Amino acid sequence: MKSKTSDVLKANKAAGNGSLIGYFPAGYPTLEGSIEASIAMCQNGVDVLELGVPYSDPVMDGIVIQEATLEALGNGFKLKQTFDAVRAITEAVDTPVLVMTYWNPVLQYGIENFARDLVAAGGAGLITPDLIPDEAKEWLEISDKYALDRVFLGTPSSSPERMKTASELSRGFVYAVSTMGITGARAEVDANARKVVAKVREVSTEANTAVGIGISTADQVVEVNTYSDGAIVGSAFVRAYAEGGVEALKSKTIELSARLKK
Amino acid sequence: MSEQNLRSHVGPYFGEFGGRFVPESLIAALDELEATYNVAKNDPTFKAELAELHRTYTGRPSIITEAKRFAEHCGDGIRVFLKREDLNHTGSHKINNVIGQALLTKRMGKTRIIAETGAGQHGVASATAAALFGLECVVYMGEVDTERQALNVARMKLLGAEVIPVTTGSRTLKDAINEALRDWVANVENTHYLLGTVAGPHPFPTMVRDFHSVIGTEARQQMLDEFGFLPTALAACVGGGSNAIGLFHAFLDDEEVQMFGYEAAGDGMDTPRHAATLNYGRPGVLHGARSYMLQDEDGQTMESHSISAGLDYPGVGPEHSWLKDLGRVEYRGISDAEAMDALRLLSRTEGIIPAIETAHAMAGVIKLGKELPSGSSILVNLSGRGDKDMETAGKYFGLLDAKEGKN
Ligand SMILES: Cc1ncc(COP(=O)(O)O)c(C=O)c1O
Repeated sequence: MKSKTSDVLKANKAAGNGSLIGYFPAGYPTLEGSIEASIAMCQNGVDVLELGVPYSDPVMDGIVIQEATLEALGNGFKLKQTFDAVRAITEAVDTPVLVMTYWNPVLQYGIENFARDLVAAGGAGLITPDLIPDEAKEWLEISDKYALDRVFLGTPSSSPERMKTASELSRGFVYAVSTMGITGARAEVDANARKVVAKVREVSTEANTAVGIGISTADQVVEVNTYSDGAIVGSAFVRAYAEGGVEALKSKTIELSARLKK
Repeated sequence: MSEQNLRSHVGPYFGEFGGRFVPESLIAALDELEATYNVAKNDPTFKAELAELHRTYTGRPSIITEAKRFAEHCGDGIRVFLKREDLNHTGSHKINNVIGQALLTKRMGKTRIIAETGAGQHGVASATAAALFGLECVVYMGEVDTERQALNVARMKLLGAEVIPVTTGSRTLKDAINEALRDWVANVENTHYLLGTVAGPHPFPTMVRDFHSVIGTEARQQMLDEFGFLPTALAACVGGGSNAIGLFHAFLDDEEVQMFGYEAAGDGMDTPRHAATLNYGRPGVLHGARSYMLQDEDGQTMESHSISAGLDYPGVGPEHSWLKDLGRVEYRGISDAEAMDALRLLSRTEGIIPAIETAHAMAGVIKLGKELPSGSSILVNLSGRGDKDMETAGKYFGLLDAKEGKN
């Protein structure tokens, strides 16, 4: 099945370039603010956008993203606005937009309703941090029906069988979790990241892998791209925005992506 | 599913409920825990070790006390029996599960346990087991709860545990679980998450239930041996649901025994400030399992409200959701005021000060007794003692300050 996300990652690789996948929460600090910020990221070097859905109980997230998403909820973010944001971003830029969401909001909206509205808004698919393939039967069917990307996680502790399942069932890329932990900047991206990517390569020649969790510097972004198909950055972007607004976010995007393109 | 074999049911799924909705990073640890538990539960050495600790440390079996003077307030010809989990070491049922999981921690070769706690009873039990087994122990507790259960914070610290107040979200039990999960994701190699109730991802709901099922197994035999009959009805309070399922489980296939779970109704069932998950929630995913939960239309978890820290939780264990939908157990709400009245009544009629959580079950019994025919009997899980709640009760009844109060 075709995947625009995968096409972008593969085209970059073929051209000898790396890829940067950037996270930003919808509704942070407001709906309009998050749209402006996301577009700025896409226009300044982010190859795939990961748009986060604010959620009351984000167990995979560190304090930077927790605070931003709670602020979004406090400012009245509603789930439906996710689609408004996706639509506004995809109308302005060509970058694939993946929605990163904990599972309960999708369940409550209705999995098929969510998929249909995401497609209508121009979204590319979902990254689901607390949905493992074992629990995803309905999502697998619906994401096929709507030709949406679905990104599952592979981690340092995943067994070879689970890694195989994640690689086979993911579309777009496999989210290679670099380290055992939650989101947030780390001084060093674990040697584990290489192992996770290698494990995916062992079981699949097709699957793309992008490495995430803890990446915050240009050096890390470059390094990760030497052995994977992309670097995922979240907290560093959110922090830049929190500290210096959209201008600081632009600078951070340029800084992190500058050395990826020939 | 026939009603005959409810007891033999195990996870990951209870009907449409349960499962493992957690980040992939935790799956290996859950698999390891499940495998370790499955071996241990059939291993005579493990069973003997657990039974011996319960006999010589927990203080099992716990006794049954007939509450005759209390029963006079529960309708005509009603007998009330208390399963005295408050007499366990550390003062509540929580230790049953903690000792079991601490033994598993040892088996897995892990050296550190983390726990969430609301009322502090599970935290105290965990800190106790950590001291006993020589494990490092970190307890996450919502900041609101560290204030209303300050005595238990001091107990945990004295026992050598580190207590981390959680300042995110509603700063209660729900957020303590989030923080514990985040810690676990990062430290899973040497750390066991000693979850304190029958919620969370598989295998926790099944395993924690099994460790607590000793309550009902003992009580069923004690009723038959000492009184010669099974009770008409069972009653227990429901937070996450561990003490309730612990009592209910052995009786699930005794069709003639009715079962009632009492949730916290906070300000009242006709107000939005409650923790009555099974009455007012809808199915969703929270903390790793699909179950009833309090949520808004977007699936954002709603804050619960209760005077009782241990019942102040917007989720509930998946097996309870299943038993509710099957109609096997009826779940009702008890307000703060009703619970506090029952707490005082039990204190004054029986000389037993229950935990505020437990007082919800006692308040339920007062109402239930009046609905049941004369000659009926109710067996209640007296899940914990009230020492930890003296600050709250003292303020509520004006016992600390002669100028105010509702006495
Ligand atoms: C004495 C007592 N009873 C009941 C509860 C509620 O938990 P559960 O519903 O898991 O039994 C608690 C929790 O802190 C407790 O301390």
